Order: sequence, then C-alpha cells, then structure tokens
Amino acid sequence: MRATDSVQARHAVAASAVAVERACIEGWVHSTETFGTADGPGIRYVLFMSGCPLRCQYCHNPDTWHRHDGTLTTVEEVLADIARYRGFIRANGGVTLSGGEPLVQPRFCKAVLHGCKSMGLHTALDTSGYLGHLADDELLADVDLVLLDIKAATGRRCRSLTGAELKPTIQFAEDLAAINKAVWLRYVLVPGLTDRLDEIASLATFAAGLGNVERVDVLPFHKLGEHKWRDLGQDYRLERVQPPSPELLEQARETFRAAGLLAH
Amino acid sequence: MNAPTKIASRQDPWAGFVAGVWSEKVDVRGFIQANYTPYLGDAAFLAGPTARTTALWARLQELVKQEQQKGVLDVSVLPSSILAHEAGYIDQTNEIIVGLQTDAPLKRAIMPNGGLRMVEGGLQAFGFKMDPAVSEIWSKYRKDHNSGVFDVYSPEIMKARKSAILTGLPDAYGRGRIIGDYRRVALYGIDALRAFKKESFHELDDADFTESVIRLREELSEQFRALDELKQMAAKYGFDIGRPAANAREAVQWTYLAYLAAVKEQNGAAMSIGRISTFLDIYFERDIAAGLISEEQAQEMMDDLVIKLRIVRFLRTPEYDQLFSGDPTWVTESIGGVGEDGRPLVTRSSFRILRTLYNLGPAPEPNLTVLWSEKLPRGFKEYCAKVSIDTCSVQYENDELMRPYWGDDYGIACCVSAMRIGKQMQFFGARANLAKTMLYAINGGRDEISGEQIGPRFEPIHGDLLNYDEVVAKFLPMMEWLSGVYMKSLNAIHYMHDKYAYERIEMALHDRDILRTMACGIAGLSVVADSLSAMRYAKVSVIRDERGLATDFNIEGDYPAYGNNDERVDSIASWAVETFMGYLEKQHAYRDATPTMSVLTITSNVVYGKKTGNTPDGRKAGQPFAPGANPMHGRDHKGALASMASVCKLPYTCSQDGISYTFTIVPNALGPTEKERVSNLAAMLDGYFASHGHHINVNVFDRETLLHAMDHPELYPQLTIRVSGYAVNFIKLTREQQLDVINRTFHACH
Repeated sequence: MRATDSVQARHAVAASAVAVERACIEGWVHSTETFGTADGPGIRYVLFMSGCPLRCQYCHNPDTWHRHDGTLTTVEEVLADIARYRGFIRANGGVTLSGGEPLVQPRFCKAVLHGCKSMGLHTALDTSGYLGHLADDELLADVDLVLLDIKAATGRRCRSLTGAELKPTIQFAEDLAAINKAVWLRYVLVPGLTDRLDEIASLATFAAGLGNVERVDVLPFHKLGEHKWRDLGQDYRLERVQPPSPELLEQARETFRAAGLLAH
Repeated sequence: MNAPTKIASRQDPWAGFVAGVWSEKVDVRGFIQANYTPYLGDAAFLAGPTARTTALWARLQELVKQEQQKGVLDVSVLPSSILAHEAGYIDQTNEIIVGLQTDAPLKRAIMPNGGLRMVEGGLQAFGFKMDPAVSEIWSKYRKDHNSGVFDVYSPEIMKARKSAILTGLPDAYGRGRIIGDYRRVALYGIDALRAFKKESFHELDDADFTESVIRLREELSEQFRALDELKQMAAKYGFDIGRPAANAREAVQWTYLAYLAAVKEQNGAAMSIGRISTFLDIYFERDIAAGLISEEQAQEMMDDLVIKLRIVRFLRTPEYDQLFSGDPTWVTESIGGVGEDGRPLVTRSSFRILRTLYNLGPAPEPNLTVLWSEKLPRGFKEYCAKVSIDTCSVQYENDELMRPYWGDDYGIACCVSAMRIGKQMQFFGARANLAKTMLYAINGGRDEISGEQIGPRFEPIHGDLLNYDEVVAKFLPMMEWLSGVYMKSLNAIHYMHDKYAYERIEMALHDRDILRTMACGIAGLSVVADSLSAMRYAKVSVIRDERGLATDFNIEGDYPAYGNNDERVDSIASWAVETFMGYLEKQHAYRDATPTMSVLTITSNVVYGKKTGNTPDGRKAGQPFAPGANPMHGRDHKGALASMASVCKLPYTCSQDGISYTFTIVPNALGPTEKERVSNLAAMLDGYFASHGHHINVNVFDRETLLHAMDHPELYPQLTIRVSGYAVNFIKLTREQQLDVINRTFHACH
C-alpha cells in the first residue's frame, strides 16, 4: 500500500509540476475563430497566433506579422476557452493552430497541442514549414494533421513572393514524410505569381512522392485583406492582380490530380 | 371521385394494428408506440413529385402570384364557421386530399368572434367591403373577444399598451397556440370521440356546480356541437368521418379535415398541426405492406396535404403584419425526436414531409420543426442538414431538453412552445419589453419617448454616471410592477377569449382535464444584458433632455457584450431571465394556469426597437432589438460557436416556453464541399443541443440573399463568410468588397 501511495504521490507531484509549468507558459494570440470549417476536417476551433517570419505579398492577415499584434495569453486560458466548445468539436472536428506562423512560438504550441490531446481533441498545425526545424518530435507527437502551406514551387519564386527561402519548408515536408505524419498541402494560386503550370506540376510530383499528403487545397488568391495593408500604412503590391478564374483554378487542381493527389 | 380514391378499404379500420390501452380509450401516443416502425436508413427511398402534383402546384402558383400583387386575393364576407362555406377545391378532379377554408383557394375568411375591429381593419386595408348585417350583429347582438377585453382593462394596462412596454397582446385577434389532437379523428372517428367526451361530461353531473364546473360543462357542450359540425363539414366533401380512417388516404384526409375545421373557425396567431407525420406513417406503411399503395403514392398524399397546409390564410391588418411580417400562420409540424424507450421517432414519413420542400420547392409553411437529439439516426440528421442547406426552411429544437418536461408526444405551437398534444394548451401572452423597463427604472417610471408617467413613480436616477448596483436596485421593483400589469392584462384577455371566442373544435380534440400554461415572454434581452454590462465594466454617463429624462448615454471604454461566451455578461442575461420569471411566478394566473416565459420575438424585434429610446448599451433610439435570444447585431465577434454558447447558457427551467436563436451562415462557411457542409451542420446541431441550446433557426444563404443583405444589413447581423482561411462579417465589408464576394464566392459554391 505504501509503495503504491508513494508512486501515486510522485505521479501527482510530477503531473502538477507539468501543469504548473504549462500554466506559466504564455503566448501571443491574435484572435480565435470558433467555427472554422476551412482549416482542417470538420468544425475547427482556430487559434490565430501572432508573429510571422514571412512577408508574403498576398498576405491577407498582415496584422498578425508581429508578435505584439496579439495578446499575451496563458496556455491555461487558451485551453479553458477551447474546453467550452468541446461539445461542438469533439466528434468530427478539432483544434487548428494557425497564424501568423504558430511555430514562431514552439513552446506555446507544444503546450496547447498537448492540452488538446489530453482533452481527446483532433489537432492540426497550419504552418508555412519555414520554421519546421522548431517542431520537435514531442510537439509533432501531439499533431494529428499538418496543413502545410507551400508558398511556391521554386526557391527563386518563393524568395520574391515571401522574402524567404523555400528550402526549410521542403526539408520539413520530408521530415514529416519520414515519420508518416498526415499532411494537407495548401497552395495559394495568384495569377501572374504562382500560376505557372509547369512549376505546379513539379511541386505536385514532389508532393505525390512524399506519400503522406492526403489532399491538396488550391486556394484562390483574394483581396479581402487589402484594407489591412492600408490600415498599417503598407504598400499593397497586388492591387492590380485579379483573383484567378474558375478555369485557372481547375487547371491547377487538375495538375495536382494528374500526379495522383486528391485536390480541392 | 377521382382515380386515387379507388384505394381498397378495410372492413376493420384497425386491422393489422397491435391493440393496447389505446383501443379502449383515447391514447394516440399509445397507438403510435405500439405500431410505428423506426426508420434508420437514408433518404434514397424517397419519390419525386408526380406530374399531377406538379401541375396542381403550378396552377396554385398562378393564384399565389396574383395574391402577392394584391396583398389579399379575395375575401368571403360570410362570417366563418366550421359549416359556413360549401366545399371548395383547387381542381377537384386532380386533388387527392381535399378541403379549403372557404369555397375557393386563397379566399380568406372573416372571424368576427375574435374582434370585429380587426375584421373591419383587414377588409378596409385590402379594399373589401363589410356586409352591414355582420357589423350590426357583432355590434348590437353579439359581443366579441376584443370588446370584452377592453371592457375590463385598467387605465394602467391601457397606458402600458400604448407606450408599447407591452406589445402584440392577443386582445384584438385569435390567440392561437392551441394544438388540437387532429390525429384522434383519424384513429377513432368522430362518433367514438363524441361518446368519450359525453362520458367525461356526465362524470361531472354530481359535482358541485361551481363557476369553473359550469364553465367546463358549457365548454364540453360546445365541443359536442363542434364535433357534430366537423362531421357534417366532412360530409360536404363526401366523407363519413364518423368512423375511423381505414387506409392511408383516409387517415391523411380525416386528420386534415379536423385541422381544417380549426382554421375555419379560428384565426389564431399560430395554428400548429402538431406531430402528425410519424402517426400517419403507420397508415402508409400498412398500405404499402399490403400492396395497396406505392412509395410514389404515399409521397403524393404527403405532397397534397402540404399543399393544403401552405395555403392556410387569415385576414389580418397592416399593424399586425408589421409585428409578424410575411403573412405567417405557423402551421407547425414537429418531426422526429426520440421516444421515452430510446427508439427514435423517425419514420419514413419524417423524410417524406421534409421531401415536400423539394417536390414543391422551399416554403415557410408548414413550419417544419425537427426535434433534435444526438440519438437521431445518422441518415436522418444528414438529410435534415441537407434540407436546411438547400432550403433554409427548417428549424430545430432540443428533444433531449424538452422530453423530461413534456414526454415524447409533445408538439411545438408557433415557434418554440412545447406542449403535450391533446393534454395541454397555453394562453399566448406575446411579450414585455424588458429594455424599456430598464429605461423606466432609470427615469422613475416615465416613458423615455412620450415623457408620460407609465410605471410607478419611483425616484429616478439623478447621478451623471450609471452605477450598476443602483440601476439594478431600481430595475427589480420595475420588473415586479411590469409582471403584475402584464399578468392582469393576460388574465383579462384569456378570460374573454374563453368566453367569446372559445376554440370549440380544438378543445374537443383535447382531454377534458388539461394543463394550462400562461405563456409570457420578453423582448430586448440582449439590450438589457449589454446595458448592464456597460454600466459595470465601462463608464456610462447620462445625457438628460429638457424634461429631465435620461434620453441618451455616453459610453467610455469597452464592455463584454453578450454573444461572446463571456461569463461576465452572459450571467447578466441569465439573471434577467431568472429574475423576471421569478416575478411572473408570483402572479395569479387565470384558470390556475402555470406561468411560463419565452425569449422570442419573431419579427416584432423591429417594432419593439422602433418604440424604444436610446439604451445604455449604445443602441440608438428606433434601432431594432436583436431577435429572440440573439446577441445584438455585430457585437458577437468571436464566431458562431461563441455566440451560440452564450445563448445556450440561458436557463430553460426559467424559460419553458422557449428560447429562440436565429443563426445565419453562407454555404461556403459551412465547409468547402457539399458533403462536408452537411456533416458540419449536423455536428454543429449536435454540439448546440448537447450544450443545452433550446431552439435554432438555421439559415444557409445564397447569393440572392447576400444581395438582399447589402441593402438590408440590419436583417443579417451574423452573416459570416469565409474565403480560404479568412472569416469576415459580410455586412462589415465595403460595398465593393461585398460585390466582389458575391461575384466570386458563389461561382465556387455551385
């Protein structure tokens, strides 16, 4: 009896130490959406975190670039809020960490993801993969699905579009493939910037070769975030670019399908 | 008789049914439980419309078009009753289920027993003339409900009515919200029902003849008379409904004729039909099993019944239409739910009645209401979700929440009011304006618009800043005062309605001894919650006019608004519901009714808003309230689920007449593909009801609606759009962006 007691006590101490540590972790949260249906399967609680290393020309949330655009929030607060929606998201939805770039705050992500898994919720990580090296095995163990936003098919285009290299993203995609982590690839189609079918085809070949890409979402570029650039006093360079035509969208999707991928 | 009538009949109308207590005494629920077959599959078995159905419906559409142009197609100036009109048809040889309110389709009846003034107003508004003989009878020889009520109203009630702190009271028109158990006519036939009633009448022969016993005996005698008239009315259409229905077609016809008698005699605010589809299913399945009818014919009967229910009309005044816009009749049919034994009450006919929304196209009537439970079969849940997405014509209510109160054979009257069918009725009480009551608390009982002293003369608030505790301390006695005036007016109304416009046929299809509720209601809940939250968490200063009345408010700082799942303010909303219900409970209600309350406005939130001044939450004078229990427009910024979660916290125990929530979403926001939209909506409903939400209107809007929303943003406070990871409130976009969304999103959608 004694031995069991002390084991239990030790477990309790350990558990509470983890809980205390977790509660102390804070992160920058931009906003939340309680009824997300576009960021992963089913109904998603989407946590938009602030801070992003990329500066995509088409970004529709430039108000999340800097960490301090958000509010400093404890993991405990985040999890308590998620818990209130458990009834809606537990059956066939879950929680999606998005941003900004969630991996700017890996420790915070890890704690939130772990808390979600403890609640029995499905988790998704919406990331550009640029900071993929910060997602360690422990973090990924609590991720059910990665929504990997590949911004462009070539390094050169990626640099001009986002100001950053493509390589880390490719490396992250390969790392995820190595551990067979489920991935939904996301590709924003911008006329004149990311609509070259030969480039899309090579990306599709790469993605199909990974073996863990369950589906591809081709997202049409839109300008709903344009006013945010103006509000921030920034120059919006895509003012003249129009959203892709339905035909172009379908062509892009077909290109992914031709490589054997499921594309929406 | 036309071809489809040649369906074989049976010697014994109950042949093949499992007998039980229901065979000995009136017990429709017992009959259903013993004989229905739950259906656990999907919608694949359903049949489309026949050519006959489509042609009949098209013919009717021409009349509907004319009606829309004129407002009212035609009026029969003959005072209506069960027997007043001869048989009427749309197209006799092509109708399967027959019967019209008057002698022609869409020709409205006048019902002066409710109130001659309403009849005069309605006729005049649409260019019709009153028969002088009718005016003479109802002013010289026969008193109406409306006159009775005004004979007894107190000056205080008159003032409360005029200032619109009480609005929509059924004191000039039929109260409605009573559901006859129309199924009884099909199951037992009129002769047996009359005999049962007679027995219950004579049980009282030796009772003391107190006022209540005398009233009851007179009412029962009226009920016998109404049953006899119903039988004669059916005979005009060639049916002998003295005996039980012997096949599916007769079951539908008998049930409908019973309902028809009710809408020939009463122009109630809501004339619900009850919970008939699973009951009728037993007859359909029996005939299908016997090879007498096919699925197509079963569907055809359902379609024809629904055609009839869609053309129920009442003559109403423009003032009435302003309160409840769109010519509603609330022919509410409750579908699905789960039985007390755990078996779903979903049958093939639950699907068939929803299918009418495709066979005949979407429509607001009958008001199809799905009683939702997590335990409903998946196939049914998904079909409901699909129908909602395609037609926006379905509302949902929480069966798990209501069953413990009302059993498993309740129906919904009007929008949200549950009642055991044939065993319970309500005295409909419209609603009290809680937001105005709060202003009265601040202004010492004076109306913020007219300046008149309406409420009791309290000391007004003198300070420049509104202090939460001080306002609440004055709000409490003001609510108590209002609950008293309110209950007095309702007692007067229902006493007179029983006396001068008694629902003879509807009550004939109830048990003799029933539960009565006094269904009060409130409007402006979210305005009250946000105002009090502003006082507590921000700084609200008062701006007074030359009369010394607080007529405007200045808010400094942010406050938590109801609709964001924020306990600080959600608890205030729940408090308001509990508190006002607490006061209502203390009042004496006519006929020992149990007071209940609803948080429901229908479309009257616009009128309430119009008649209420600036409020401390920042809402401007004249701006509409949010409908029902909804958060105020645009203040729920944390997404749909946060908004729902706030509503779910309102306690049903204190609002047993229902808590209404209207939810609006565009298809794309529900998910990228149709399959995902269907499963997400079903999951959302599971979540909402598991969180104890009571009622939800689901709107999944389309492009046309968005165009409408651009011109009428006030009607679409929550229209959410999502475009690849970005969510916005549609009405907050610039016009240019709205057009952009309209032009683009919907291509992707269809």
